[in-house]
Amino acid sequence: MRILVTGLGTFWGSRLAQYLEAQPSVEVIVGVDTREPRVPLERTEFVRVDASFDVLARIVKAAQIDTILHTHLVVDSTQARSRHIHETNVIETMNLLAAAGAAGSPVRKFVLKSSTLLYGSNYKDPYFFREGMARTRSPRTRVERSLVEVASIVRDFAEDNPHIVVTKLEFANVLGRDIESAFSRLLRMPVVPEILGFDPRLQFVHEDDVTGALAYATLRDVPGEFNVAGDGPIPWSEVCSIARKRRVALPPVGTALAAAPLRLAHLADMPAELLSLLRYGRAVDTSRYRRAGFRYHYTTAETVHAFADALRLERNVGGAFTPYRYERDIEAFFHHSPAVVREGAANGGTVERAGSPASGGR
Amino acid sequence: MAEGEGDHRRTTISWAPPAEIREVTPAPPGGDLVPVARPEPAVGHDDPVREGDVDAWGRSERVRAIARRLYDPVYRHWFRAEWEGLENVPRQGGALMVANHGGAIPSDAPVIMHGIETELGRPVYGLADNLFRALPVVGTLWSRAGGVAAHPDNAYRLLHDEQQLALVFPEGTKGTGKLVRERYQLRRFGRGGFVEIAMRSGVPIVPIAVVGNEEAMPIVWKSPRLARLMGLPYFPVTANNFVFGPVLGYIVPFPAKFRIRVLTPVFFDVATNQERYNRSIVMEHAEAIRASIQAALFDMLSTRQSVWRG
Repeated sequence: MRILVTGLGTFWGSRLAQYLEAQPSVEVIVGVDTREPRVPLERTEFVRVDASFDVLARIVKAAQIDTILHTHLVVDSTQARSRHIHETNVIETMNLLAAAGAAGSPVRKFVLKSSTLLYGSNYKDPYFFREGMARTRSPRTRVERSLVEVASIVRDFAEDNPHIVVTKLEFANVLGRDIESAFSRLLRMPVVPEILGFDPRLQFVHEDDVTGALAYATLRDVPGEFNVAGDGPIPWSEVCSIARKRRVALPPVGTALAAAPLRLAHLADMPAELLSLLRYGRAVDTSRYRRAGFRYHYTTAETVHAFADALRLERNVGGAFTPYRYERDIEAFFHHSPAVVREGAANGGTVERAGSPASGGR
Repeated sequence: MAEGEGDHRRTTISWAPPAEIREVTPAPPGGDLVPVARPEPAVGHDDPVREGDVDAWGRSERVRAIARRLYDPVYRHWFRAEWEGLENVPRQGGALMVANHGGAIPSDAPVIMHGIETELGRPVYGLADNLFRALPVVGTLWSRAGGVAAHPDNAYRLLHDEQQLALVFPEGTKGTGKLVRERYQLRRFGRGGFVEIAMRSGVPIVPIAVVGNEEAMPIVWKSPRLARLMGLPYFPVTANNFVFGPVLGYIVPFPAKFRIRVLTPVFFDVATNQERYNRSIVMEHAEAIRASIQAALFDMLSTRQSVWRG
């Protein structure tokens, strides 16, 4: 297997690359991003490119990529400017798909990490969204609009290229020790916002289940669209009580107005899609991916418990993790120098973890 | 997960049945994340790591028990509800119950739900307008007490996947918005969507005729302008307003005698799980069910001696 991972500089890209490196069936991993990877990688080749079509098409051809793992969709609108969201989500996916579907392209599999944000959150919603169900209200925010657009681009691509296995995974809000998400930031605050009179059902997925689900789709053939979320949505009040956080209520009318000063004071950034989640919540049906053979490690409640444990650990340790720094020369030495003794290199195994700081860092 | 924490957490769950305690083993970070087959996780009531009892649907057995205790005197002593043909309600398996709807703030839904829950010991989930979900406090209490928004997929899940009893009022707000002089005259039964849901789920429809709901809170006058202004389906002035005042008149129903007749279940001889069903067959069934409820209503009303004593 020869894999191209997008967003190598992001949490998901580097996590997946780390995982795939340990798989003997994976011969080559090429990671692209504009930023450097933030974790030590052993045999992943990092190429610093922006998402322009011609470069991607050349990389795909040159490295004879047969699998593209697209982890680079922005789903947390607090982390990127709105212009940037469109560029990253829509334009980059479009270019990537064009490169994958070009004449003579060796690509046979395309795996996309998307988000259940695609379904929106509204009082008219079904209690459990199934794959392919339409939103009940047209998207209002940039990030949701871009996800809807990406969904249609990918659907067209799958239709036009029946020889390529296209897997699209819709992930619920992620919590975990290492990932920073809109909800993990909310739950890290000393007090946690809620909307007065609303206690929505929410669903979370553990970061390890996200990695597992993406790896499962990469290493196997599971064409189609799948929801990935921890089982058993639980109310927001219970999430907060598991995390041992006190709640403060925002008014049910004029919630966005009340949230604006919090953002300006850098206390809490709650974009529109997060506020509507705190009002109406969202849950998805996860049976399809389970029928495809995937097994979860965590339910939603277990995910929140694991996150609460991580919060306690952080508090006791003081949150002092040394971040990994990518040094081009050092990485080049470990990857390419003939002086480095590669253990089991013959069967495509891993390189000795010489000089790597603690793996799985932030 | 630290064991001490875990124990503390588990002892706080008073409602949980003594289930075997399942360990959460976090996958080693960055290392072995192979998705291995594990037993299906227990969710909801048996989940040992839960802190509350709110299930995946947002229902809470504790809230439902409180609601039942509070509503029981109303059901028994205020409305003095009496049932006929309870044997027509299936004791197991899913069924879609369909009833007539009436009264400004209708009492028929809680009476039917509470009645079947106490008489038969089976939970009934009332499907109601999703507008409830948009209301603060009310919407949360409503869903904790077992209210489910009327969405075709929600109904399918309840009936097919969970084999539960669900209750719908196909007239919707057109039924409850009737003036007092139009009482017990059934409105259009939607577009027959309830028949389609029952066909898709493979469950029978149990028609129910309720008498007493219209007199519990009759509408004497409606203001379309105020309704439009407030975004409501109708803005009623009830007879109760004249007796109990402008606020309580929307809350306190008159003690009309409730009589409820459960009609013979209707089974459908069609394939389940179809995307679409023949419109004419659907409409035929919907019309027949509507006619049978209307006939039962007229029959019950023709023998009724008094609104208050039945």
